[in-house]
Amino acid sequence: MKPVTPVLSNGSGWERTSVPHRRRVVMAHGGGGQLTAELIEGIIRPRLSNPLLDTLDDAAVFDVPAGRMAFTTDSYVVQPLFFPGGDIGRLAVCGTVNDLAVCGATPRYLSVGLILEEGLELDVLRRVVDSMAEAAAEAGVRIVTGDTKVVARGQADRLYVQSSGVGILRPDADLGVHRIVPGDRVLVSGTVADHGLAVMLQRENAFGMESGLRSDVAPLAGLVSELLDACANDVVFLRDATRGGLAGVLADLADITGYRLTIDETCIPIRPGTAYAAEMLGLDPLDVANEGKFVAVVRAGAADAALRALRSHPLGSLASEIGSVGGTRDGMCEMVTVVGGRRVIQKPYGEELPRIC
Amino acid sequence: MSAAHELHVQRSRTAMAHQASCLDRLANDIGRPVQFMEICGTHTVNACRSGVHSLMPGSVRLVSGPGCPVCVTAQRYIDALVDLGRRPSIVIATYGDMLRVAGAGGSLEVARSEGADVRVVTSSLEALDIARRHPEREVVFAAVGFETTAPATAAAILAARREGVRNFTVLAQHKRVLPAMIALLADSSVRIDGFLCPGHVAVIIGSTAFLGIVESFRTPCAISGFTAAQIMDGILNLAEQVACGRADLVNRYVEAVTDAGNRIAQALMHEVFEPGDACWRALGEIPDSGLDIRDAYRDFDAFDRHRVTPGADREPPGCRCAEVITGRCIPSDCPLFGRACTPVYPVGPCMVSSEGSCQAFFRYRRHEFRRNPDERRHTEPIVPAAATTPAKEGAPA
Repeated sequence: MKPVTPVLSNGSGWERTSVPHRRRVVMAHGGGGQLTAELIEGIIRPRLSNPLLDTLDDAAVFDVPAGRMAFTTDSYVVQPLFFPGGDIGRLAVCGTVNDLAVCGATPRYLSVGLILEEGLELDVLRRVVDSMAEAAAEAGVRIVTGDTKVVARGQADRLYVQSSGVGILRPDADLGVHRIVPGDRVLVSGTVADHGLAVMLQRENAFGMESGLRSDVAPLAGLVSELLDACANDVVFLRDATRGGLAGVLADLADITGYRLTIDETCIPIRPGTAYAAEMLGLDPLDVANEGKFVAVVRAGAADAALRALRSHPLGSLASEIGSVGGTRDGMCEMVTVVGGRRVIQKPYGEELPRIC
Repeated sequence: MSAAHELHVQRSRTAMAHQASCLDRLANDIGRPVQFMEICGTHTVNACRSGVHSLMPGSVRLVSGPGCPVCVTAQRYIDALVDLGRRPSIVIATYGDMLRVAGAGGSLEVARSEGADVRVVTSSLEALDIARRHPEREVVFAAVGFETTAPATAAAILAARREGVRNFTVLAQHKRVLPAMIALLADSSVRIDGFLCPGHVAVIIGSTAFLGIVESFRTPCAISGFTAAQIMDGILNLAEQVACGRADLVNRYVEAVTDAGNRIAQALMHEVFEPGDACWRALGEIPDSGLDIRDAYRDFDAFDRHRVTPGADREPPGCRCAEVITGRCIPSDCPLFGRACTPVYPVGPCMVSSEGSCQAFFRYRRHEFRRNPDERRHTEPIVPAAATTPAKEGAPA
């Protein structure tokens, strides 16, 4: 058989798309030359376009109001890249937005770093960047600067995303574990464990299970501002329950404050399908990651108002009060189980779980 | 929370509270401390996770038996497995729990970080699949577990023979539950007032397999399911038997367990394996308690094919796992528990395995022992009542 040489000259569409580097990432896409420009101008900039990004300067320059800012960063290596309910692009935007939001900041600007493995289908990249644009619009943030690198085949698993973000702190929010006192109530903004289990079941369909589970990945800035608008003074602590799940956050709270937390298992919202999947895989749903849920600690008197505010937002419609902070100083988080038994909730240990974020 | 859900919760809490008060009454009637033993790791975990222990009176104790496959695997097997994994052409396929158990030469996890090819699988057939996809590599499946996993291993060996997959072998260390239960009963230093029999194993071997224990040793047996209510129900049944001086076999898991068990699984097991002596961590050598690969399938025996000779066992100093899985002590009695030995830095196998008694205890019951050391429940050792000599013979086949 004769080797097939790509034909570049006749200008018709068919030959253009059949050139390998037009369908897949090649090393030269990261070389800073014409192919890099093609990648940025052809795929990334049109999808994320905004005045700050469009200058393509080395750094985005913008004004900020007087006050305090929040700044965060995170890396995303989830496998598979696409899962029910989301993908790595949406995850990267939401994860960074949520870290800012739970600090009491209004997220404003994001950066995105893409590490592409040689051979990655450009269509995959298009879908991921589309999804970033959509999530950014949903969250009310702009992606204003970015970077792209290509590594040789085998040196990365298709696509990694790194994102950082800045937000402007709300002057009325004062959040921190130091404000937690006995009597405070613990709320969770919705059902737990959906993200981790949806990703695990999707991964190469490793367990041969069909499931209707969907990741909860979503930007929480709107939900947080709904809550803070309703009772900013009485909200004393927020944390998104990502890796380590609800258990990780609750155990941390007990440990850091030194108070006893008592949680009622029956009040923790969980979808039946999620609970079932966790049971099948031998996982405790409280240990499983979420990407669209947070834990709030509020003053007892404001618990009802806080719940009303959360439930008025589509992302918080299943919010629930799950427990309270007690006066005992042993730093334990105790849970009254569905059957009325008592057990302790501890930080999970980082077991043999697939990459979920 | 919906009204229906609230009603359901209320009912299950009321039902459980009722069962707990019945158990209280029975404990009073019995008038002495009693110790029941569960033999299945899933029972261990679910009892701890749902807080069943916190609902039991102080004089009734539920301890863990040798039912976690990782916990009873002799250290020499781990050593052999890790040594094998370090050979260049070998791929080790293993269940996840085995990864972190350390032998004298480290764990599979350590070997993997140093370049060994170790892959976690969820079934024996997944291991066989790796062999099919990589004909140039020698795939060794680390086959541990009881009658629950042995039929699956047998199925993989049969499929490998049928398809002529030559690069697949099994480092088998399957065990049978019954001989271990009998060995425990025959040991006068262990006090067991009743067995919460392993539900999953019973599905395979059938409920009547446990009859011998009841008849020869006059020890009550209850086969139980795995929800908190089912576990409590099993305990309640055992307490009732003790209170009335009865020793029966009661199947409380009829939705899954039949008298005869799963005959297809039994036939698979019988085709490939034959009973042989096996070495248990904590219990030592027990006759006929293992499953050896029959001569007809020696081609698939990794011990044979790769000339593996297990060395000697050496327990980590200070570790009391052996006493934990024989009901002689509970995890918090061990001086290493929660200090030198935690799930992150496990010393003994019971802390490594997610079904291990020590890990379940640490994860879900630690508060009972940290709050106030003087308030401890269940810490008095329960020793055998005035030298009751168990019947000597009567091991069922």
